[in-house]
Amino acid sequence: MTHRRMVLTGILGVALAASADGAALAQEAVKIGLVLPMTGPFASTGRQIDAAVKLFLAREGAVHGGRKLEVILKDDAGNADATRRLAQELVVNDKVSVLAGFGLTPLAMATAQIATQAKVPEVVMAAATASITEASPYIVRTSFTLPQASEPMADWAWANGIKKVFTVVTDYGPGIDAETSFAGKFKAAGGSVESVRVPLRNPDFAPFLQRVSEAKPDALFVFVPSGVGAQFMKQFVERGLDKAGIKLIGPGDVVDDDILEGIGEVALGAITTHHYSAAHDSPANKAFVADFQKANPGMRPNFMAVGGYDGMRLVAEALKATKGDASGEKLIAAMKGASWESPRGPVRIDPETRDIIQNVYVRKTQKVGSELHNVEFATIPNVKDPVKARK
Amino acid sequence: MSAAAFEARVREALRAGRRWYPAEFLFWLAAFAAFLLLPGQLLLLNEVAILALFALSLDLVLGYAGIVSLGHAAFLGMGAYAAGLLARHVTADPLAGLACGMAAAGLLGLATSPLVLRGSDLTRLMVTLGVALILYELANSFASVTGGADGLQGIMMAPVLGLFDFDLFGRTAYLYSLSVLFLLFLVARRVVGSPFGLSLRAIRDNPLRASASGVPNGRRLAAVYALAAAYAGAAGALLAQTTQFVSLDVLDFHRSADLMLVLIIGGAGYLYGGLVGAIAFKLLQDGIASLTPQYWMFWIGLFLVLFVLGGREVIHGAVRAVVGRVARFGRGAAR
Repeated sequence: MTHRRMVLTGILGVALAASADGAALAQEAVKIGLVLPMTGPFASTGRQIDAAVKLFLAREGAVHGGRKLEVILKDDAGNADATRRLAQELVVNDKVSVLAGFGLTPLAMATAQIATQAKVPEVVMAAATASITEASPYIVRTSFTLPQASEPMADWAWANGIKKVFTVVTDYGPGIDAETSFAGKFKAAGGSVESVRVPLRNPDFAPFLQRVSEAKPDALFVFVPSGVGAQFMKQFVERGLDKAGIKLIGPGDVVDDDILEGIGEVALGAITTHHYSAAHDSPANKAFVADFQKANPGMRPNFMAVGGYDGMRLVAEALKATKGDASGEKLIAAMKGASWESPRGPVRIDPETRDIIQNVYVRKTQKVGSELHNVEFATIPNVKDPVKARK
Repeated sequence: MSAAAFEARVREALRAGRRWYPAEFLFWLAAFAAFLLLPGQLLLLNEVAILALFALSLDLVLGYAGIVSLGHAAFLGMGAYAAGLLARHVTADPLAGLACGMAAAGLLGLATSPLVLRGSDLTRLMVTLGVALILYELANSFASVTGGADGLQGIMMAPVLGLFDFDLFGRTAYLYSLSVLFLLFLVARRVVGSPFGLSLRAIRDNPLRASASGVPNGRRLAAVYALAAAYAGAAGALLAQTTQFVSLDVLDFHRSADLMLVLIIGGAGYLYGGLVGAIAFKLLQDGIASLTPQYWMFWIGLFLVLFVLGGREVIHGAVRAVVGRVARFGRGAAR
């Protein structure tokens, strides 16, 4: 009975050995291990970042600081154990100089120990809980933090006559960040806030929205992860909340550019604060959006794409500063304080917190020609992550 | 025939069933040799070993006792969280964590066994699924204890036996997981070859007849269910300790479903089924996923459909024929 097992193992052993040989090639290139959720519920994040990374290499060339950048893409399906193992394999087997990607907070957190142990910079291109950069001295972020985007919303809401807000957020790191930072600021100004949290996996918003419609607030503050907004907006309309005169506000994740066309006109009039809109009015962004759409027909770059694009930019800038030295210590030192003109506007890496300093824009969802866009109408310049700034 | 002679015959038969085949030595030798031969793949091998232990656990209840389960992840998660929490709050010693994970999952298995052992296959599927879902939601809701959807952070493990520190290459992790797998496999092997194991098979094949011959069906099934739960708990503890991280994912439905696939690939009802299935499943998944990160799930799905439709018989049949020839050759040489 058991003999056949042995033969099978033998065959598999040979297959394994063969695949192990491929690792030792190409010493010269600087390898970037890109770990993203390419499948599963958060695949849209992975698709956007992957496309942006490819676009960066196509537009800016692969050689920076005399070294060729080589990207190795891995799919973790949004599963933290897989992220951790893939990152570890990338460091150990592929000898990557930089780890990048990380679509969700737990995924970035699970990898923090690896970055510290291996002294490899971890460039967080998406995950947005404030505390991530504190998990390892090798973490740098090019996306945003939820408090960074949510606190300006509280200021705007109070200044515009909103007194009573109901918050609905997804129950994990970023959602809790968004809720506490918004509620803290809004209550301090004198407003009243009621809050509920929705589970991360397979969310059903209906019962929560029912509570909102009973509470009759002036505005509904909402945070859901990138890609989930369409589902939320559908149920928002089904419950008739749009007709009840409840204003929709929040960080820009819910009216994500990637799915905004799919959400349709129900999103019209939503006021959001965020660091990036595809409609951002600057020559750099216009060129970025045009090139992105040429390379990926039918796709519109969202804030995930710009995080991925700037992540690559950061690595390229750091390599230029170290003159091609890709050791972890040197790279992370060069990344601190780096600044450049991003499609979203001017950005800088805070040397103390390794988090990004950027403009936050207040936007209104409206029609531009035949398309829906988040049109920016006010700018709050150079916002630091408020949670870490208070420490 | 006298009673004594009969007893001697039974003992002889039991002993014959427990005999080690040469291929089994080779299997384990290869598993330990992989540590030296494949130094770049130890992280993957570690996951294979953990999945194999998890599959061994399901094989004990499904293959030997005939209890179908779609919620085996409950025990994996229980073990993982127990081991993770122990490491965070009490002691970072891996073996203590392993024992704690096994005990917690085993107790959960014992506690839920009255629910599971009631009713037929369909009821069992639903009940096991329900138990796993409840645990998932509990872990999600008690975020102050488990970390919720953000996962249990900040687990730092002490060296195994105070000697071997967990390293970045997964050397300690693989040897540790493989050793635990091997030891627990030895125990499982002894258990299924014992009168207890035989009685389980009797219950599986004909519960009515088994109870008529004096087998206490309920207690036997509860015992093996708790034992298997402890095994799954051990797998969970290993997962938590070697990745130094626990996420809600350990309790997710797809863990239980994947496990079913592993047993289908490897074959249920013999101990090596889970092990071979785990090796095949992980390697297949890893291989295809690195070829096409976007569409690997499609290929896995296609493969599984073809495999279950008929490929399994073809592959198993071909392998059996080859092995049979080798075995005959081996016997000939021995003579």
